[in-house]
Amino acid sequence: MAAQSTIEQRERPASPSGPTSTARRPAGAGTTVARFVRKTWRPAAVLVAIFVVWWAVTAANLVKPYLVPSPGRTLDVVLAQSGYFAHHTWITSYETVLGFAIAIAVGVLSAVVMVYSPTIEKSLYPLLLFAQVIPKIAIAPLFIVWLGFGLTPKIVVAVLMAFFPIVISTVTGLKSIDPEMLQLSATMGAGPAQTFRKIRFPAALPHLFAGLKVAATMAVTGAVVGEFVGANEGLGYVILQANGNLDTPMLFAGLLIMSLLGVVLFVVVELLEYFVLPWHASRRTDAVTTSL
Amino acid sequence: MTSMTVGNTAMQRPTDATATGAAVDIDQVAVRFHTKKKDVTALTDVSLRIEPGEFVSIVGASGCGKSTLLKLVSGLLRPSSGQVRLHGEEVRGPRRDIGYVFQRAALLEWRTARRNILIQAEMRRMPKTQARQRVEELIAMTGLTGFEDAYPNELSGGMQQRVALCRALLHRPPVLLMDEPFGALDALTREQMNVELRRIWRETGTTVLLVTHSIAEAVYLADRVIVMTPRPGTVAEVINVDLPVERDYGQTMAAPEFARATGRIRDLLGATTTAE
Ligand SMILES: Nc1ncnc2c1ncn2[C@@H]1O[C@H](COP(=O)(O)OP(=O)(O)O)[C@@H](O)[C@H]1O
Ligand SMILES: [Mg+2]
Repeated sequence: MAAQSTIEQRERPASPSGPTSTARRPAGAGTTVARFVRKTWRPAAVLVAIFVVWWAVTAANLVKPYLVPSPGRTLDVVLAQSGYFAHHTWITSYETVLGFAIAIAVGVLSAVVMVYSPTIEKSLYPLLLFAQVIPKIAIAPLFIVWLGFGLTPKIVVAVLMAFFPIVISTVTGLKSIDPEMLQLSATMGAGPAQTFRKIRFPAALPHLFAGLKVAATMAVTGAVVGEFVGANEGLGYVILQANGNLDTPMLFAGLLIMSLLGVVLFVVVELLEYFVLPWHASRRTDAVTTSL
Repeated sequence: MTSMTVGNTAMQRPTDATATGAAVDIDQVAVRFHTKKKDVTALTDVSLRIEPGEFVSIVGASGCGKSTLLKLVSGLLRPSSGQVRLHGEEVRGPRRDIGYVFQRAALLEWRTARRNILIQAEMRRMPKTQARQRVEELIAMTGLTGFEDAYPNELSGGMQQRVALCRALLHRPPVLLMDEPFGALDALTREQMNVELRRIWRETGTTVLLVTHSIAEAVYLADRVIVMTPRPGTVAEVINVDLPVERDYGQTMAAPEFARATGRIRDLLGATTTAE
C-alpha cells in the first residue's frame, strides 16, 4: 500500500556506511504532503461525522427548520447567491490576511527589539498586555470613529487580535536559545547580526510558528469583530443581516464560510511550517507514529 | 596569525615544548560574582602556566569554578582581579583563537552534521573551498564518515560530541577548551572518545584544557592534572603525569604511574570534600 511504502522510505537509514545509524534524511516535498494527509484524515473524518449528524437531525425533523436548517438548504443558499458570498468572503479574507501579515511584521519586530533591549521590554510589556486585555469589541467602535467606515478599522482590529500571540511566542523562542550556543558564537567572532540570522532566529522558529497558528485564527475573529461594529460588506455584515432577518440558512452559511476561512489560514501556516522546518516537523511526526 | 602556525605535526612531543612563551598564562586571578541574593567568590588566587601543545586536565568538586576558569581563558568572562594571557596577549574579550566544546554538544538542530561544523567557517567568513576541505579532513579524523548528512537528533551522544569537536577544531585553534565534554556519555563510549581525543590531540598539536569529573579520564589524557579546592576554587595541587606519550588504554590503566596519579588525585579530592 502507499502508506506502507512511505513508512519504509522514512525509516531507511540515510547513511548505509554507518551500521548503527538510525539516521533519516528530511522528507522531500512528496513525503511531506503524504505525511500531512496521513495526519489530517482523522480530524477530517470527525468533521464529516458532524455533518452527518447535522443532516440526520434535520432530516428526521428533530428541530424546526427555521432554527436549524439542513445542510442541503444551507448549501443551496450559498450556491444560489454565490456571487454575493464570494464578494463578502473576499472582503473578510482581505482584511484577515492583511491584518495577519501586518501582525507578523510588527509582532516579530517588537519581539526582537524587546529581547535585545531589556529596557524597552520593561516599558513595552505593560502596554502590550493592556492592548491584549482590552476587549476588542469594546474598542472597535473607536477605530470606526478614528479611521472611518472602510476596511482599515477591521484590519486594525485583526492586527490587534493576532499581534499578541506572535510577540509572546517570538520572545519566548528568542529567549529559549541555549546560552552556551551564544557564547560559542562569540568565540567564532560572530557579530550580533550574524548570531541572530544564523542561530537565534532559526532557533526561535518552532515557537514562532506555534504563535502564528493561534494568531491566524485570531485574525479572522478580529476582522469579523470589526465588521460587526460597523460595515456594509464582509462576512460579519452578512451574519448581522441574516440575524436581523431571522434567515437561519444564510446565517449558517456565513458561519460555515467564516470557519472555513480560519481553518484554511491555519492549514496554510501549518503547511508552511512543514516546509520551513522539516527538521522540527519530522521529529514531531515521529513522536505521533510511535505513539500509535 | 598564530592560529595558522599550528599544523598537523603528527609526532609533536608536548612535554618537550618548554618555556618558549606560555600558551595560557593565568596570573593571580580571582572571580567574584555579584548576584541579588549574595556575592560568590568562584575563584581566588589562581595562577597557572600552560605551555603550547600541552594537555592539561582540571578536576575539582562541582561549583569550584572549573567552568569559570575556562570562560576566563576564552575571554567570555573577565577576572575580578589578576590577569589572563593567551600567547602573551592579555585576554580582554571573547577570543576567536580558541576552540570550545561544552558538555551539551550545543548543535543547531536544523543543520546537518557537516553544516554544523561549517558554521564555524561561516561566522569567520573563511573561504568556502578551504572550509569544505577542512571539514572533510576533520570528519575523517573524528570517525564521522557516513554521518555527515545526519541531523543532530539522528545522532548518538558520542557522535554529537564528535561534531562539536570538529566544529571547535575547524579553524585550527592553538588552544582547545573542553568543559566536561564526555560527561553525558556512557562509560564505553567515553573510553572510546578518550582514546580518540588523545590521538586527535597528538595529530593537531593544540594546547588542550579539559575539565572533567573522571579521574581516570583526567590522568589518561593529560600531561598535567590540576586539582582544585572546593569553592572558593584555587589550585590545590598540580600532578605531573609521568606516562609515555604513546598510551594504549588498557596498558595505561594497568600502569603503576597511572595508579599513583589517580590515587593522589583521589586523596586530594576526598580530603577536600570531607573538609567541606
Ligand atoms: N554567571 C554567574 N553568576 C553567579 N554565580 C555564578 C555564575 N557562574 C558561576 N557562578 C558560581 O560560581 C561558582 C563556580 O561555578 P562553575 O565555574 O560553573 O563551577 P564548576 O564548573 O566547577 O562546577 C558556582 O558556585 C556558581 O554558582
Ligand atoms: Mg562546570
